[in-house]
Amino acid sequence: MLQAINLECVRGRRRIFTGLSFEVQNGELFWVAGRNGSGKTSLLRIVCTLLRAESGEVRWKDTDIRALGDTFLADLLYIGHAPAVKDDLTALENLRFSLAQHGMVASKEELADALVRFGLAGREDLPARSLSQGQRRRVGLARLLFGASRQLWILDEPLTALDASAVDLVRRQIGIQLERHGIVVLTSHQEIDFGGLRVRHLQLDA
Amino acid sequence: MTAAGHARRGLAGVFAAVVRRDLLLAVRRRSDVLTTFFFFVVVVSLFPLGIGPEVDTLRTIAPGVVWAAALLASMLALARLFVGDYADGTLEQLALAPQPLLVLVLGKIVAHWLVTGVPLVLIAPLLGLQFDLPAAALQVMVLSLLLGTPVLSMIGAVGAALTLGVRGAGGLLALLVLPLYVPVLIFGAGAVSASALGMDVGGHLSVLAAIFLIALVFAPWATAAAIRIAVE
Repeated sequence: MLQAINLECVRGRRRIFTGLSFEVQNGELFWVAGRNGSGKTSLLRIVCTLLRAESGEVRWKDTDIRALGDTFLADLLYIGHAPAVKDDLTALENLRFSLAQHGMVASKEELADALVRFGLAGREDLPARSLSQGQRRRVGLARLLFGASRQLWILDEPLTALDASAVDLVRRQIGIQLERHGIVVLTSHQEIDFGGLRVRHLQLDA
Repeated sequence: MTAAGHARRGLAGVFAAVVRRDLLLAVRRRSDVLTTFFFFVVVVSLFPLGIGPEVDTLRTIAPGVVWAAALLASMLALARLFVGDYADGTLEQLALAPQPLLVLVLGKIVAHWLVTGVPLVLIAPLLGLQFDLPAAALQVMVLSLLLGTPVLSMIGAVGAALTLGVRGAGGLLALLVLPLYVPVLIFGAGAVSASALGMDVGGHLSVLAAIFLIALVFAPWATAAAIRIAVE
């Protein structure tokens, strides 16, 4: 269970939100919406420890995430705005290293299979610089296929620059994650149809 | 589900993965590495050409010239150490890895040293010949560079991490890092000078080794702290 208690976020001199509390149960999707600048990304970065809240705390399995440290990070899969894809590495190398630096090992077949499933068949060995914006995001998102051991997924605008088939792929992976009682936190401008999933909604600019 | 990702790497495996990735990137962007290397070669070679064949003068200035050029060359490469990772989101991912960030940072520093420091160590004796340094002094030069260049990478990493996201980071980085390089310069060049004069070099090298150990303890930790501030 993910819990936020009385979060306050200040960026520069602006108070972005204050007194924000919520609770997400296992098997639920937490959908954060709001206009630009309403603090969606800041909230996600607070929940994954990248950003420090001005006050309040985030609890994971009833313990403050700051106190949990690496134990919390071992449960976390975060995909941010920037896809963390290197131009000079191939799609396959990018996926392998992004997993490896989090201590995950996958065989070449598993990696290639993941890229194929994300619609990158035949492009596994091309340098990422020759891929389109959407394809680069697909390389980043292919990590979701290896996220079974991570109970908490935090995805910042995962659907940006994706076409309909890729949106569908991501939605399916989110469904699988919720089925195994994981939690997904995401932001999105787009209205997405998460029919059948347990969705909890947060409107930040309200 | 085919892909599971259940197999896990230990700390050493993750460290190795970071080193391997940065080395692979260096191979793909060879021009960056060669720039640093040739900068060092050219700067060191300018002095004998400018001063002329006055052997005594050359022999006196050689240690200082080689070491100062090594400092500048190492600094030239620093600007790129974290900037790419910072811009494309890799640094965030490193900060969120369930392994201690300072180990991953140390991996990046090691890769940086292998790519920018080691070539300098290897070519230095050849450049030293232009200054008519005796063989014993050339050996000491290699030894002092071997101890000193990792320190340059470590101190430089702290500066590179602190200046992430700052406008005009290049100039600031130089101002921040060069003064901190001074002890390495003094004892590194001092060791070579002492050897050329036929004196004992044990003292200089011991101090260099001590600086190396202190940097090894504090620099990765400080760099990791600076990175956490930068990604906030």
